[in-house]
Amino acid sequence: MLRRRHMVPFLLEVADLACRRGGRPVFERLSFGLAAGELLALTGRNGSGKTTLLRALALLVRPAAGTIRWQGKDVGAEPETWRGRLAWLGHLEGLKGDLTVAENLDVAERLRSATRPDAERLSAALAAFDLAALADRPIRTLSAGQRRRAALARVVLSGASLWLLDEPLNALDTAAQAGFRAALERHLAAGGLAIAATHTELGFAGMRTLELGSPA
Amino acid sequence: MNGFAALVARDLRLVWRRPGDVAVVLAFFVVATTLFPLGIGPEANVLVRIAAGVLWCAALFAALLSLDRLFASDHEDGTLDLLLLAPWPLELAALAKCCAHWIVTGLPLAALAPVLGVAFGLEPEVLLALAATLLIGTPTLSLIGGLAAALTLGARKSGALLALLALPLCVPTLIFGAGAIEALATGGDFGAHIAILAALALVALATTPWAIAAALRQAGE
Amino acid sequence: MADLHFLASPARFRRLSQRVLPSLAFATVLMLAFGLYLALIQSPPDYQQGDTVRIMFVHVPSAWLAMAGYGLLAALGASLLIWRHPLAALMARAAAPVGAGFCAVCLLTGALWGRPMWGAYWVWDARLTSMLLLFFLYLGHIALSRAYDEPERGDRAAAILALIGVINLPIIKFSVDWWNTLHQPASVARLGGPSIHPSILVPLLWMAATLFLLFVLLVLLRTDTEIDRRRLENAEVQS
Repeated sequence: MLRRRHMVPFLLEVADLACRRGGRPVFERLSFGLAAGELLALTGRNGSGKTTLLRALALLVRPAAGTIRWQGKDVGAEPETWRGRLAWLGHLEGLKGDLTVAENLDVAERLRSATRPDAERLSAALAAFDLAALADRPIRTLSAGQRRRAALARVVLSGASLWLLDEPLNALDTAAQAGFRAALERHLAAGGLAIAATHTELGFAGMRTLELGSPA
Repeated sequence: MNGFAALVARDLRLVWRRPGDVAVVLAFFVVATTLFPLGIGPEANVLVRIAAGVLWCAALFAALLSLDRLFASDHEDGTLDLLLLAPWPLELAALAKCCAHWIVTGLPLAALAPVLGVAFGLEPEVLLALAATLLIGTPTLSLIGGLAAALTLGARKSGALLALLALPLCVPTLIFGAGAIEALATGGDFGAHIAILAALALVALATTPWAIAAALRQAGE
Repeated sequence: MADLHFLASPARFRRLSQRVLPSLAFATVLMLAFGLYLALIQSPPDYQQGDTVRIMFVHVPSAWLAMAGYGLLAALGASLLIWRHPLAALMARAAAPVGAGFCAVCLLTGALWGRPMWGAYWVWDARLTSMLLLFFLYLGHIALSRAYDEPERGDRAAAILALIGVINLPIIKFSVDWWNTLHQPASVARLGGPSIHPSILVPLLWMAATLFLLFVLLVLLRTDTEIDRRRLENAEVQS
């Protein structure tokens, strides 16, 4: 039987999404879809709503209108299942200053999936961002770039399907940026999805871009 | 439940790394209590009469003093977002945070109060009773205080506001906590006071985690 | 969805309140004039309390309204958190100081009544103490709703507080009663009919109705103001 070639179906579908802040619309009628292995870059000026969109996708902000669907099902119906599919990197790292890098990754993973990450995955995530030597250093003794790398290692460790990243390249040097690109490529190649708010060119082949309007 | 245990363990470990934060709270408790004999006078029968009330009030203030960092530090470093995004109920996370707070504040306060009670000339059986009332009453303070901490997250002047919100709600616990000791002294029904203290803790347990979770979600928006 | 609810939108509320307010204000003034005549001139002095009993015509309704006002805050809080009625937030913001005001009136008149009757302005009477704690709850609500740079955050935090507060009010009342048994038994709402003489009861109920109207009037007026204020703030953000 001949199978008709069709578009890869979207896993994530966002339709007519609108968010308001302080009685003022941040964005309205926003629609896009994302298939397995795809990366969406959110661009736009400061205040255009990149972070708000990421927070809305994570159900941290309640949208004023619109739907977010995963495999055709509204994600708000089972918010805990949805959150289980997400890995989050905000503009804050989400790391405890008094805990070491390894402890932070360990506790973040236990909070996320209620299981202890096995040592192999943990060291792989650390190695991906060249953190093996820093694993036992408390976060507060690290530089901004090193903290960012630890936070990215937390995202990699999660093994979640959808990465939501807010300015992932912030404070990263060239070597660390290359490490991030490699990790993201592996994630996409394995069928993962990623949405990254960024004002730096990510430079991925096949990357899609969504430019958010820029209200004054 | 694993996430719950992980969160309690994390908060305990954080306190373990900075024991000074707890030590300051306990030191405040000791110093504040010592001021009362200095202000009122060392007359033995007066001190015995006011001891329970003084220790309970000081414990309440000490517990509140330590609460404004309960969620604020998680808010500032972004780990609150991770709790909001965890695939298990935020109500449990709220309960875990209050539980950890009770272990590092309520429990030591209950242990320390009888020692201070000696200085007020309390009888041994009263000292034990005092520790018992604090043991049963302080979880309520952690829960109600946790709610006030969550409600004032990101507010201006959050410390004073936290106390303003929490103190009126803590009045029943204070009344029955200190009242139990008075009942013991005057031949009243000590058991009834303890039972009501426990009931108050259960009411707080049944209502505050939902309210804290709702407040934390608002803070995340 | 929110528009299905009566008075859900601030704009519709404004239109209605503009129509109702003048006649409501007029009615309140008329009732107050007659109520004062009843309370101050027409009703006889009490055989025990003398003219001091007249304080009760303001004191008792104020207490009722202060308690009902907190109930209103809780109901508005629920409607904000569950249905996200934008009007509920504005009305709660408007109603909290009014409720606190009646609470303060109740406390002050209680002190004025207590001086001749009990020989002291303040006695740790169970009902006065409960009222004082209710006043603190009001203060917390007012402070919390105004403690944020984003007013919506304050609205929702205060809504949660009002709901928890309303659950705790009976508990606080119960524990204060337990703590202090030095209080008069409640006489108006007692089982088996009121024991107060009609010459006192009629002005009391009349003043209660009047002050209720005053409460509604003040809340509506202040809600109107809050709607204007919120509009101005949003206009500033947008410009």
